[in-house]
Amino acid sequence: MNKNSVLGFLKKNTMIIVLIIVVAFFSWRTGGAILLPMNVSNLISQNAYVFVLATGMLLCILTGGNIDLSVGSVVCFVGAVGALLMVNYGVPVWVAIIIMICIGTLIGAFQGFWIAFVRIPPFIVTLAGMLAFRGLSNVALNGLTVSIKDKTSFVNLFGGGADCYVRDIFGGTNLNLTCLFGGILAASVLVLLQILSRSKKRASGYDLEPIWAFGAKLVALVAIILAFSYKLAQHKGIPTVFIWVLVVVIIYGYITSNTTVGRYFYAVGGNEKATKLSGIDTNKVYFLAYTNMGFLAALAGMITIARLTSAQPTYGQNYEMDAIGSCFIGGASAYGGIGTVPGVIVGAVLMGVINLGMSLMGVDANMQKVVKGAVLLAAVIFDVVSKRGGKFVVKN
Amino acid sequence: MKKILLEMKNITKTFPGVKALDNVNLQVEEGEIHALVGENGAGKSTLMNVLSGVYPYGSYEGDIIYDGKVCQFNAIKDSEEKGIVIIHQELALIPYMTIAENMFLGNERGNKVKINWDETNVLARKYLDIVGLKESTQTLIKDIGVGKQQLVEIAKALSKDANLLILDEPTSSLNETDSRALLDLLLKLKKERNLTSIIISHKLNEVSYVADKITVIRDGSTIETLTKGVDDFSESRIIKGMVGRELSDRFPKRESHVGEVSMEVKNWNVYHPLHKDRKVVDDVNIYVRKGEVLGISGLMGAGRTELAMSIFGKSYGENISGEIYINGQKVNLNTVSSAIKHGLAYVTEDRKGNGLILSNPIKTNTTLANLEAVSSKTVIDKHKEYSVAVDYKDKLKTKCPTVEQNVGNLSGGNQQKVLLAKWMFADPEILILDEPTRGIDVGAKYEIYCIINQLVAEGKSVIMISSELPEILGMCDRIYVMNEGKMVGELDAKDATQEKIMTYILQSAGNKEENHE
Repeated sequence: MNKNSVLGFLKKNTMIIVLIIVVAFFSWRTGGAILLPMNVSNLISQNAYVFVLATGMLLCILTGGNIDLSVGSVVCFVGAVGALLMVNYGVPVWVAIIIMICIGTLIGAFQGFWIAFVRIPPFIVTLAGMLAFRGLSNVALNGLTVSIKDKTSFVNLFGGGADCYVRDIFGGTNLNLTCLFGGILAASVLVLLQILSRSKKRASGYDLEPIWAFGAKLVALVAIILAFSYKLAQHKGIPTVFIWVLVVVIIYGYITSNTTVGRYFYAVGGNEKATKLSGIDTNKVYFLAYTNMGFLAALAGMITIARLTSAQPTYGQNYEMDAIGSCFIGGASAYGGIGTVPGVIVGAVLMGVINLGMSLMGVDANMQKVVKGAVLLAAVIFDVVSKRGGKFVVKN
Repeated sequence: MKKILLEMKNITKTFPGVKALDNVNLQVEEGEIHALVGENGAGKSTLMNVLSGVYPYGSYEGDIIYDGKVCQFNAIKDSEEKGIVIIHQELALIPYMTIAENMFLGNERGNKVKINWDETNVLARKYLDIVGLKESTQTLIKDIGVGKQQLVEIAKALSKDANLLILDEPTSSLNETDSRALLDLLLKLKKERNLTSIIISHKLNEVSYVADKITVIRDGSTIETLTKGVDDFSESRIIKGMVGRELSDRFPKRESHVGEVSMEVKNWNVYHPLHKDRKVVDDVNIYVRKGEVLGISGLMGAGRTELAMSIFGKSYGENISGEIYINGQKVNLNTVSSAIKHGLAYVTEDRKGNGLILSNPIKTNTTLANLEAVSSKTVIDKHKEYSVAVDYKDKLKTKCPTVEQNVGNLSGGNQQKVLLAKWMFADPEILILDEPTRGIDVGAKYEIYCIINQLVAEGKSVIMISSELPEILGMCDRIYVMNEGKMVGELDAKDATQEKIMTYILQSAGNKEENHE
């Protein structure tokens, strides 16, 4: 290995390396508490909404650094309407779910219309949405809390309450066998897919990465998956919400990297004029990004009220900031066109670990915000400066 | 002999891959109007950017001696301090500010905490009077015409105590009367204030009217300096200097097999998207045949790009009218995607701005205009995509380590090849190439000419828009000459010469009235 390829490796995997260092740091400071099975499981459940929202936010950011400020309010509004429907109007759970999804998507489409076709700046449109839907949530809930504790099927389905884990069909006693087997299955599928893709790549004449690097990557991935599923298995098994997160991540990871639509997001963010002149309807791309954001906000809304087993007018506050922060920490470019779903997930995990670690250390909540702010700024500075070839200050 | 105010000695400036200026020498005497002429891309604007500090000291070789001292300008501010003020082709005025505010922008009167508006307005008035502009100093820039804006720019320059005024194509967007007024103003300022100016212009009649000396630049080198009263100052003499290079075998040979008409555009009119009353393309009728390289010649701003883009799915302009026939069938190309479907491709002149996605790799740029061909049911076959990109890379001899490389890291010539690959992969029948060799070196140019020859050999039609006359003459079967939105001439390659093309342009510019038939 020469110096360049080491540097390249470091640059490509900066955030993963940072994540490992941060985890190591917190397990040292908390005496290993952060790696306790319960905490690993909580990391997922507590941050599920961030994973979902950040995935949607990535699509918006890809189109040119555009953000959606309204997601926190939309999460709250969708949750409020859903809770009211189920509790006050006795609407069946599945109908409520469909209505919530529709409301979220419609809100997204409404905002997307102004952004995409009328070309109102996204910042303004979603700022308006942020205010309006926060207000509407308050109006809908009359400023009160609606408890959905007894809607157990809904709560369990979206990862709230005590019984929100995938049932162990193998009946393990101390260890959740379903979870463990699930991990092994996932690891084997991954290895198989990687090997298949490598052989196909060789057939089409790609320049392949060296076999040792490929092997090391596989071993690392398998180790992480197995260790992770073992941790979960030690603590009640797979949280149901984790399934939702996985589904979202896999679907959107696939869309962004393997489909024509996904390609359009990168193209629009990279150079909108060139994209237009390639015969692609760029308005539609913007519209899709924001409509989809509304859809995922609805899913996050359901996850949120399920976890907290209630709806309140204050839910979802600053969720947009968590999502946006995860994207930028995860390597999305503030100018658009660059960023991946796995990257964003790493960014979200990093934020989650910092939160959890500092809470375990007993750091004051306000100081936590300061640290998170600093991490976000540092990540973006690093991104911008490294893209400029290491030049720190731009000459006027 | 009068005092030499400015001397630029052996200026050499290279951009990655291109030598823009090669040992250029320029001498300007105090109190003279010195014209710089040359074809597009000859290096005039680069030279002026070196002079004004846009390209800082150290990024070029050679010396600038101004007022007897060697100067090292690091920014525009440095050169302005010495009294060198440049007025760019695109006016740098802010539309929603008043004339007075614009004039003293960055040079505000008063102190740090308070702008002295009275002084600002009084001074503005003084300089506006010098240039003969009667508008109130409180008028917003957006409310006055381009001609008057140009005067504001000059007043602004004077307010900075300019000793040397550089005007880059000052009359390119002005009509006859405004142009004349501007030139007369320069003559007046010369006489009354002994102001020295350098004027860059394509309009040779204006140059010979106003200039005391003319320096001709060609291919980044100074060719000659003509002096009024000593040398022949006629337009034909200047043209000879501008285009005087030999046509050697810079162009690959090709046997032309011209077939039937593949596309015909009739009565094509396009209006400017912002200035809705400005006609950018005026009743154009053109056709192109299979296996033919059709050239569209003309000066910058003649409306060629606008014509091409408006044909390509109405991607430019407003109120477009006219008819397009492809293979004899009338078609409506209202969107870019319909234009692509009908076999059109437009390879832009602005490859960084309109053509490529610099942050994306070669392979995704190559397939972007025809993703369907490498995907099934919207899922991209990445392996197929990769091999397509490799194919084109080999075919066009693009120099790059892998097709995974970001396009932004390639040289201009290689970027151009990626752009060509992108549109060749879209499998068009008619390719419009807009300045396909702009800003790339001679070797890469030759390779691009070879690609063009290959395309027409396959029976495709190529429409080549170029400001480089030798290229047009060396490559095309037939040539249209465009000026000010109109087609002002059509020539067969056999009888075309550079002088003839230039004459068509000059005649149309000189006899505007007569052209309104």
